[in-house]
Amino acid sequence: MLNALQNAFAALDLDRRNLVVVSGIGCSSDLPHFLNVYGIHTLHGRALPVAQGIKMANKELTVVVTGGDGDGYGIGAGHFLHAMRRNLDLTYIVMDNRIYGLTTGQASPTSYKGHKTKSTPAGNPECALNPLALAVAGGATFVGRGFSGEPIHLAETMKRAIAHKGFSLVDVLSPCVTWNKSFSYDYYRPLIVKLDQDRHDPSDRDAALRQALREDKLPIGVLYEIDEPTFAEEEPSLQGGPLVRSRIGLTDEEWAALMDEFS
Amino acid sequence: MDARREAVIWIGGEAGEGIASAGDIFMKTAARCGLGAFAHNSYQSVIRGGEVVLQIRVGAHPVLSQGGKWDFLLALNQNVLNHYLPAARPSAAALFNADSVKPPETSAAASLHGIPVGELTRDLSNSPVMQNTILLAALMRLLGIPWDIFVGSIRNQFGKRKPQLADLNVAVARRGWDHAEKKLSLPGPIALEGDGKRRMVITGNQAIGLGAVAGGCKFYSAYPMTPASSIMHWLAPRAARYGMLMKQAEDELAAINMAVGAGYAGVRAMVGTSGGGFALMTEAIGLAGMIEAPVVAVLSQRAGPSTGLATKTEQGDLFQALGASQGEYPKAVLAALDPVDAYYAVIEAHNLAEKYQMPVIVMSDLYLSERNVVVDPENFNARVPIERGETVREAAEGEYLRYRDTVSGVSPRALPGTPGGMHIAASDEHNEMGVLISDWYTNPTMRTRMVEKRMRKMNGVRRDTAEGAFLCEGPEDADLTIVGWGSTYHVLEEARRALTDSGHSAQLIQFRTLWPFPAAGALPILQAAKRCVCVENNQSGQLARLVRQETGFSIPFAVRKYDGEPFSAGPLVQALEICLRPKAPAVQTLISAELDLPVTYE
Repeated sequence: MLNALQNAFAALDLDRRNLVVVSGIGCSSDLPHFLNVYGIHTLHGRALPVAQGIKMANKELTVVVTGGDGDGYGIGAGHFLHAMRRNLDLTYIVMDNRIYGLTTGQASPTSYKGHKTKSTPAGNPECALNPLALAVAGGATFVGRGFSGEPIHLAETMKRAIAHKGFSLVDVLSPCVTWNKSFSYDYYRPLIVKLDQDRHDPSDRDAALRQALREDKLPIGVLYEIDEPTFAEEEPSLQGGPLVRSRIGLTDEEWAALMDEFS
Repeated sequence: MDARREAVIWIGGEAGEGIASAGDIFMKTAARCGLGAFAHNSYQSVIRGGEVVLQIRVGAHPVLSQGGKWDFLLALNQNVLNHYLPAARPSAAALFNADSVKPPETSAAASLHGIPVGELTRDLSNSPVMQNTILLAALMRLLGIPWDIFVGSIRNQFGKRKPQLADLNVAVARRGWDHAEKKLSLPGPIALEGDGKRRMVITGNQAIGLGAVAGGCKFYSAYPMTPASSIMHWLAPRAARYGMLMKQAEDELAAINMAVGAGYAGVRAMVGTSGGGFALMTEAIGLAGMIEAPVVAVLSQRAGPSTGLATKTEQGDLFQALGASQGEYPKAVLAALDPVDAYYAVIEAHNLAEKYQMPVIVMSDLYLSERNVVVDPENFNARVPIERGETVREAAEGEYLRYRDTVSGVSPRALPGTPGGMHIAASDEHNEMGVLISDWYTNPTMRTRMVEKRMRKMNGVRRDTAEGAFLCEGPEDADLTIVGWGSTYHVLEEARRALTDSGHSAQLIQFRTLWPFPAAGALPILQAAKRCVCVENNQSGQLARLVRQETGFSIPFAVRKYDGEPFSAGPLVQALEICLRPKAPAVQTLISAELDLPVTYE
């Protein structure tokens, strides 16, 4: 995972000082510590709002958010949906291990129904959330999936996600070898299928949804990619330079106009 | 009868009957005549329906509180007239639409003037806003307001985009005006002549928005919550003009976390909310404390707990602000006194937040946020000090320590984009580089050092906030020393003066910096006080508890009000007089419904 992300950054030739990696809480969220870029380790479930604040403050930065399924699809699910609606130019990489790993193995939003964990000894009574289908339906303009057992393919998907203009989700099937024996590398390998971009059209929303909802196989690669105006392109306050360079203080004319409003 | 130099006017009706616009026109007219005026909206929490009473006090001098019972009542419906007649002062007059409101059969202290709205406007196209305009115009005529200034305010209210509506309202107003001139006599002479100086009208929340704009705030995020929402409403159409982004977030969690992200990235960032929203924000307030990101949170209190009284005021969240978030971290809590002070408090908050890289909470409440007051424009100074704090422009690769242990506790920041400044801003405890020390190995020495580094900032904050931490009015050897905080400042000051006028010398200490608490400055004054009373808009005496906690000084008397309404000077003076008696009860509770009869218990 880390390796793939480093390779994606390197391939895109990004200047490290303009790169910010934001994480929430969980095993996944230590990731920024292993990179020599600007990193911010936030709160459980809150990486996306922090990342959006950073991007809105300085639209020239490349902002990548990393987190886990518990962090992003559990406590952070609300922010996930709204971040997609906003279509800010962010890349959200979720290391999805279908378990709460840091807290020693409880069911997560992507744990399958019936999965026995510490917190669901009789089997998980809830069905698993489908992040890809949710993202296609929810307004993400780029939806991809990777597998940590396929790092070269994953790096390629990440590269495309970061290069994409708008909100990108990359859900990465990332087995937790310590706490989730059910979803191991061996479990995934026969299920993984690489999307053939000649036969799958990522701009076709219905086709993307069909791939996201497949039960026979787990397709990896770019499921969905469309070109839509980003938040920064549409928001009137972001039409000039980045806010971080916006002038502080008011001109005499601006002040006089404001005072006039009140009299 | 002596000419009154001020009048209290209540405009009452159902929400949606045009009370706000009548109030706005009245306030603007007063400001343009050079009068002083103060408006407090007392309303029910429903979108439409429910009784709303706008309490306006106007005078030929600065007016800084809403006053007590009314001299004039504009009753927009029968319920309002019936309900509020008992609150009339001597020589009061009630104006109402004679077509829809009948004078009560019981005798009333006020003179009752039914205005035949239908008859007066028969030839004009009808509109539901007619009656408030007519009643307002009749009142303006009774008060002796110049017609031209009144008309100017009506036109200003509708703006340039609605000239036809403005014309119609002016025509309607004329009917009310002429009717008053011919048919109505003044209940008593009023000398409401302004000094002719054109003043401005501003609410607390507008002043907060103005402070954000002037103070260089570039990012404001919020989730709608009364009484903070109107900060958002004021900023939304103006933000882009001043290089600022106003973002309505999906919830308060997002709002504050976005602001923390924006603050980390290098812009001045602020959120605004009320107690319930602030409760959701507190985890991220602690995040800002830990990663040392500047952020300002405006906490406009309303009566709680839970969703409480959504449209009523209270000073009930002091301890929530002081205790916000888990663990210990440096922060400042300021409580604005009035709209002018709110303007400066917001700017001061941004300066403290950036200079000390920490969260700063600015406390307001419904009473302050929504009060509409006439002020002198010179009170607002555009040239305000901006202190951005220490930042690193460039660092040699690998040498920059984000959390360098310094004497001041402040470690110069490298904003994303700074060459060589790459680091991790970690919410877990970390070392000077930002590397976690919590999970992989424990490091008690480093933990202690980092806690101390952060908390050392409070020395600087204490120094910076000491000077304006509280106001002192009146003589030190006064019979009674009144202690209060934040938004109650003017009503307490008014009560202090009234007490002094009635022969009891009184002093007022009003706190505006609550944290760090200015114990060293305040304690000698409290100790020297002859008799001390703490006046708060809450039940449990939060300021009194804070004073005791921080100084060891126990304020023996308290006047408290927690019925959702603000203090008004009359009943407050009565309660304070009781505190001066030899065997005074320790706690006085004031209730608005009792008008000026305080309920007391020990």
